[in-house]
Amino acid sequence: MSVVFYLLAGLTVAGALAAVLLKNTVHCALALTVAFAGLALLFLNLDAQFAGFAQILVYIGAVAILVVFAILLTRGSETPKDGVYSRNWLAGLVIAAGVFAALGWAVLQSVRGLPHAAGPAPTVTVLQIGNALMGRYVLPLEIVALLLTAALIGAVIVAMHEKEGAR
Amino acid sequence: MNPLAGYLLVAALLFAIGLAGALTRRNAILVLIGIELMLNAANLNLIAFWRYGPHPEALTGMMFAIFSIAVAAAEAAVGLGLVISIHRHAHTTDLDAMNRMKG
Amino acid sequence: MQETISFTPQLAASPIAGILWLIPAVPIVASGVIALLKQPKRRTAAALAIGSLGFSLLLALVAFGHVVAGWSHGGAVRETVNFTWIQFGSTNVDLGWVLDPLSAVMLVMVTFVGLLIFIYSTGYMAHDENFTRFFCFLSLFAGAMLGVVIANSLLLLFMGWELVGLTSYLLIGFWYQKPAAAAAAKKAFMTTRVGDVFFLLGIVWLFAQTGTLLFYNNGAGSMEATALGGLLAQHAAWGLTAAGAIGLLIFAGAVGKSGQFPLHVWLPDAMEGPTPVSALIHAATMVAAGVYLIARVFPLMHAGALTGGTTAALTVVTWVGAFTAVFAALIAVAQNDIKRILAYSTVSQLGYMMAGLGMGGVAVGMFHLITHAFFKALLFMGAGSVIHGCHEEQDIRRMGGLKSDMPVTFLTYAVGMLALCGFPLFFSGFWSKDGILEAGSVWSVSKGPFYMLVFGALLTAFYMTRQVGYVFFGVNRGEKHAHESPSSMTTPLAILAFFAMTLGFIGTPAWPWFKAFLNGQAAGFDWHGFAEPGLLALMGTSTVVVLVGLFLGWWLYFGKSPKVEDPDVLEAAAPLPWGWLRDRLYVDEFYGVTVIAFYEWWANVADWLDRRVWGGAVSGVAWAFRGWAHLNRFLDSNVVDGGFDKGCEELNTGGGLLSRMENGRVQTYLRLLALAVVLLVAYLIWSSRA
Repeated sequence: MSVVFYLLAGLTVAGALAAVLLKNTVHCALALTVAFAGLALLFLNLDAQFAGFAQILVYIGAVAILVVFAILLTRGSETPKDGVYSRNWLAGLVIAAGVFAALGWAVLQSVRGLPHAAGPAPTVTVLQIGNALMGRYVLPLEIVALLLTAALIGAVIVAMHEKEGAR
Repeated sequence: MNPLAGYLLVAALLFAIGLAGALTRRNAILVLIGIELMLNAANLNLIAFWRYGPHPEALTGMMFAIFSIAVAAAEAAVGLGLVISIHRHAHTTDLDAMNRMKG
Repeated sequence: MQETISFTPQLAASPIAGILWLIPAVPIVASGVIALLKQPKRRTAAALAIGSLGFSLLLALVAFGHVVAGWSHGGAVRETVNFTWIQFGSTNVDLGWVLDPLSAVMLVMVTFVGLLIFIYSTGYMAHDENFTRFFCFLSLFAGAMLGVVIANSLLLLFMGWELVGLTSYLLIGFWYQKPAAAAAAKKAFMTTRVGDVFFLLGIVWLFAQTGTLLFYNNGAGSMEATALGGLLAQHAAWGLTAAGAIGLLIFAGAVGKSGQFPLHVWLPDAMEGPTPVSALIHAATMVAAGVYLIARVFPLMHAGALTGGTTAALTVVTWVGAFTAVFAALIAVAQNDIKRILAYSTVSQLGYMMAGLGMGGVAVGMFHLITHAFFKALLFMGAGSVIHGCHEEQDIRRMGGLKSDMPVTFLTYAVGMLALCGFPLFFSGFWSKDGILEAGSVWSVSKGPFYMLVFGALLTAFYMTRQVGYVFFGVNRGEKHAHESPSSMTTPLAILAFFAMTLGFIGTPAWPWFKAFLNGQAAGFDWHGFAEPGLLALMGTSTVVVLVGLFLGWWLYFGKSPKVEDPDVLEAAAPLPWGWLRDRLYVDEFYGVTVIAFYEWWANVADWLDRRVWGGAVSGVAWAFRGWAHLNRFLDSNVVDGGFDKGCEELNTGGGLLSRMENGRVQTYLRLLALAVVLLVAYLIWSSRA
């Protein structure tokens, strides 16, 4: 395990922690962006360049912005009066810890079966990805396209109806 | 430590953090943030297994991750749209106050 | 004493014997018809009753004539008609009737005297509103009594016996609105019941021992040699044979019905009934049924006696009879009710009859029974005439001087009185009583009864003279003037007076027709009959005794006219003994303290048992049921309902608890999901650890 990995992992985890722990919602959104960036770098570390850049483009470029817009539109920047954590937050924490424990245990149990070293780095060109998308994975592609269309239309309708009702 | 195991543990940790955020924060948007983190953790898992798996040239893991990213983005859009819509109705994003399904 | 009788064996019943059953049946049917009539139909009722009994009289006379004819041709007649009534297994219960001299004589007497009393009753009860009911009961009684007379089966006799007791109860209590009459009827029934219990025991024993209750059945009857032999071979308690024991049990029934001591207490009280009832039932016929019964079962009572000797049973009969004769005569001396004197006189005379049966046999006892029936009925009817004439007065101290006011009654009454006293020669009582005294004088066991009976004769003459003196002589001490009775009442009196005088002649020693007739022997007129040793001396003794009694009565009571309030002459002389006699020697009081008190105590015990023990048990069961019902209700409302309520409550609470899961908050659902996933994964990992 190289130092790079630990650094990048630490960055990502720190960003994630900040994203869920900070009081100010906007700060959370920014911390999320940091986490996304860390993840993109981790992808790059894993020789998945396309995925890394796609991550930066989509997540940081779109999702994070979307989150900030949502915070803006819902006046999330105002500090709520009851505190930022919900009732029985401890139960949630415990459960999350339990999940981590289960997953960690699973990983550690199966360490023996995991490959010890990576193979040679694959050369993944955009041409190959394009071919795969249009060839082998054309069906998922079309379905995702359908899904995106539906999401687009749905979001517009949801937003629009409210507009009409508010009038 | 096994490198793959390290990546997997990081992914697990991210997942748990994301889950904790989804379960404990009051604001609905922060729940969505948590969900995004969980999805990203899953993506990391996929890519890690793709890299350390037997046939990386099949691009299976990469494809999976890409599709996941696309779907996650769509879902985030719709979810946030819903949150905004709810905010218009109830003038709050506090999840504890949204218990009309109680019973 | 009685010699063995030889009767011609019966080949076939004569026609009269075949229809003999009509004699009791017709009055009973007439009684049933009268019962269905309405009250105002008096003439119909009287006509039916008198007509039916007249018809029975005719048949009885025909039967009597048949028996006399058979007797006069030598040998006696005994015809029986028997039939099986019930059959169970191999045993039969037979009934039947018999026509022999004994039943023929009794039939004629009962129907004749009964008919005269029926005619008398039409006059006596003319003003009574229950006239029809009276004749219905009278007819029923006549039928039942005739049934007793002709019965050849002890069972049929017992049935008639009970029916006679029932009609006696009905007639004594005829004026049932009077509490005294109702009580007297009940007393009569209860007292005779005591005797009847023993009687029934005797019947059952006889049936068990001999297998038949018929008297005569061509050698197989219970009064015939085979059965008697068997009974003599059996030994019962106290040195008695079965024959003697059964005989004594049957005698107990006769003690009740014929008013012997100690069951005599009902007879004087029975005078509460109308006077014709007293005349018919309690003088002439029903009370004579006991004597008739003993005469019927005489072969049983006499069985086992050596020639010239007697049996234990007959000894008991004699002593009881003699004692009763004196006992009742003593009490009669101190009575002031005209009918009560006659009642005690009846008891006394019945004692004479029993003693006569015991000492002298059937003929002696039956002769006195026949003569007594006539003169006692005459005396009672005469007393009824006196009561009627004195406007329902019955106390002799308030009568007097009726000799001139009621001459016919006086004359007939005088005849009856002299017959009862046994005035010599021309009065039937003399001959019949002498027969008894004669039997007593030669009795092998003891001379005691003889002396008692002689003393009784003295007392009889004395108290009858006292009564006649009070009633017919002296000055009228009553409030109203007396009048003579109508001819419907005086004519029967005259007829009876005639017979009271002449009947004696069929039983004189010179011409012992009655005895010979009953015994089936020839009878001839022979003056030498009087030449038997001691007979004339005996006749003289009894004459002297009667005259002494008459004289004493005349000396003390005639010519004087004591006022009502004055004590009796003898009472003034000896108040204490007089008091005892007037109070009937306290027999009733004794019964009251012992038997009746015990019965009341027992009734109280039974009541307590019923109320507390059985009632308590029933209450206890009911209480247990109520308690069970209460327990059930408690269980139902508390346990079952409570259980259900609790269960529902728990369900509610559980539901409430479970519904907390559905709090409408998304994060809660998420948490649960995540928890479930964790658990599932943990389980999977755990189970796949190999």
